[in-house]
Amino acid sequence: METHLTAIWRYAAAALVVVLIAAGGMMAMHGSSAPPADLDLSRSKATEKGVFLASVEPEAGSFKQGELHSWVLTVKKPDGTPVEDATIAVDGGMPDHNHGLPTSPQATAHLGEGRYRVEGVKFNMGGWWVLRFAISSPAGDDEAVFNLTL
Amino acid sequence: MRSRTAAFALGLIAALTLSGCGEPDFTEAEKAMIASLSLSALPPLPADPTNRYADLPAAAAFGATLFFEQRLSRDGNVSCATCHIIDRQFQDDRPLAIGVATTNRRTMPLAGVARSPWFFWDGRKDSLWSQALGPLEDAREHAGNRTAYAHFIEKEFADRYERIFGPLPDLSGLPENAGPLGTEAEKAAWKGMRGEQRASIDRVFANLGKAIAAFERSIVHEPTRFDRFADAVAAGRDPEGEAAFSDEEIQGLKLFIGKANCVTCHNGPRFTDDHFHNTGVPAVKELPEDSGRETAVAQVAADPFNCLGAFRDGGEEACGELRFMVKSGDALKRAYKTPSLRGAATRPPYMHSGQIATLDDVMDHYNTVPASTRGTTELHPLGLSERERAALIAFLKTLAE
Repeated sequence: METHLTAIWRYAAAALVVVLIAAGGMMAMHGSSAPPADLDLSRSKATEKGVFLASVEPEAGSFKQGELHSWVLTVKKPDGTPVEDATIAVDGGMPDHNHGLPTSPQATAHLGEGRYRVEGVKFNMGGWWVLRFAISSPAGDDEAVFNLTL
Repeated sequence: MRSRTAAFALGLIAALTLSGCGEPDFTEAEKAMIASLSLSALPPLPADPTNRYADLPAAAAFGATLFFEQRLSRDGNVSCATCHIIDRQFQDDRPLAIGVATTNRRTMPLAGVARSPWFFWDGRKDSLWSQALGPLEDAREHAGNRTAYAHFIEKEFADRYERIFGPLPDLSGLPENAGPLGTEAEKAAWKGMRGEQRASIDRVFANLGKAIAAFERSIVHEPTRFDRFADAVAAGRDPEGEAAFSDEEIQGLKLFIGKANCVTCHNGPRFTDDHFHNTGVPAVKELPEDSGRETAVAQVAADPFNCLGAFRDGGEEACGELRFMVKSGDALKRAYKTPSLRGAATRPPYMHSGQIATLDDVMDHYNTVPASTRGTTELHPLGLSERERAALIAFLKTLAE
């Protein structure tokens, strides 16, 4: 009996190991499409080289997956002065899927006080998205990169 | 005591072995995802400001007449309903549609079509009314031409047309057969017409599309077993009766929204992201080279019936999809629109030219991921077991019951 029980515990331990390995494998597969845990999701930050302070928000306050919508990008100098004369180019995509945005968003209007309307944004899938703004002005050229998760 | 320990050990083995195999409990994230796929999550059909007749009952009724009208074709035998068969989900079960001749593409079903931003497998049309015009003058589909259609409407449907759209133009003296996309003789006859004559015929032609679109707005998805299951899960109830899923169906659903990543593109209540993807679907040897979205972007940009053209009703603000369309890049090569999966289980064959015969073969495709003949496939091999493939298929069938 003693020997028999020991055998059962051995099977249990073996089964546990198998299940844990399988679970680990599955988590690893899921992990390949999950964004990094420490992903910076802030919507306001210094641009890459520190030339500007940039912040973004959906123009309507929120947005829905699959719907075309607009964002507002606000560009300021580090001292807080609005940048009124910037040229903005927009791109982005899904780093995990190695593809770009489904649309070609454009900065279509300067709304004043360094606020620029970016039209034609759409996110057609759930997951980790990146929006990248190339900002050019007499104050310098720089890039702001924002992460979003849907 | 020892026997209890043994029972616990065996229970532990059983619990660990069974977990993840069709367990009916869902995480909160899974429940939210399941709810997002239900028809109950579908918002009301948005207005189409580019078609002022879109929600006019008389236009929809006229559109229904036109949809089934075989005389709107060169040989008098082809209507929209020839390929969009009403009791077959408005598709034809063929790998390639056959109108006057055989086309290059699979007929798409029409449920929920009015919600799409882009039309055809490659999105070469940007409105439902503009889409309806394409097959009418395609030499392999209806193979008709614009003045022939205008003359036909004047002869057979003048009253119904004029009650909706106002007076028909004066067609006297215009060629019986003329159009920019027809035979050489028809093209020459079209060129011989004055600009304002061509414009007045184009207006009649566009209105036919607007009537057909008004009818097509009424073609909707019906709730399925999946929707009844999803609504119960979302409400925290146990699905009852036929709405209850088998363990295999639940495993399939979990794979669909989890490991198999299907929901990445087949998302929302229509199970489509309305976008274009290269999934490495093989080319059909007998057909001309087909680059999908890559070719279509130039076609839709140049289309006189696109949203930015003269025949749009309402303001340009409705044209965002066209204005902000991606016009170039590798991602467009052999990219085709994500089809809805509602009803897909009962309408083989699959893919844009009917290349894949069965759902089992579709699983093979996603499991093995062939390289694309042009551009790069977005897929990664899924490595699904036989049991997982069967579970996914079982789940897909719940979208067709």
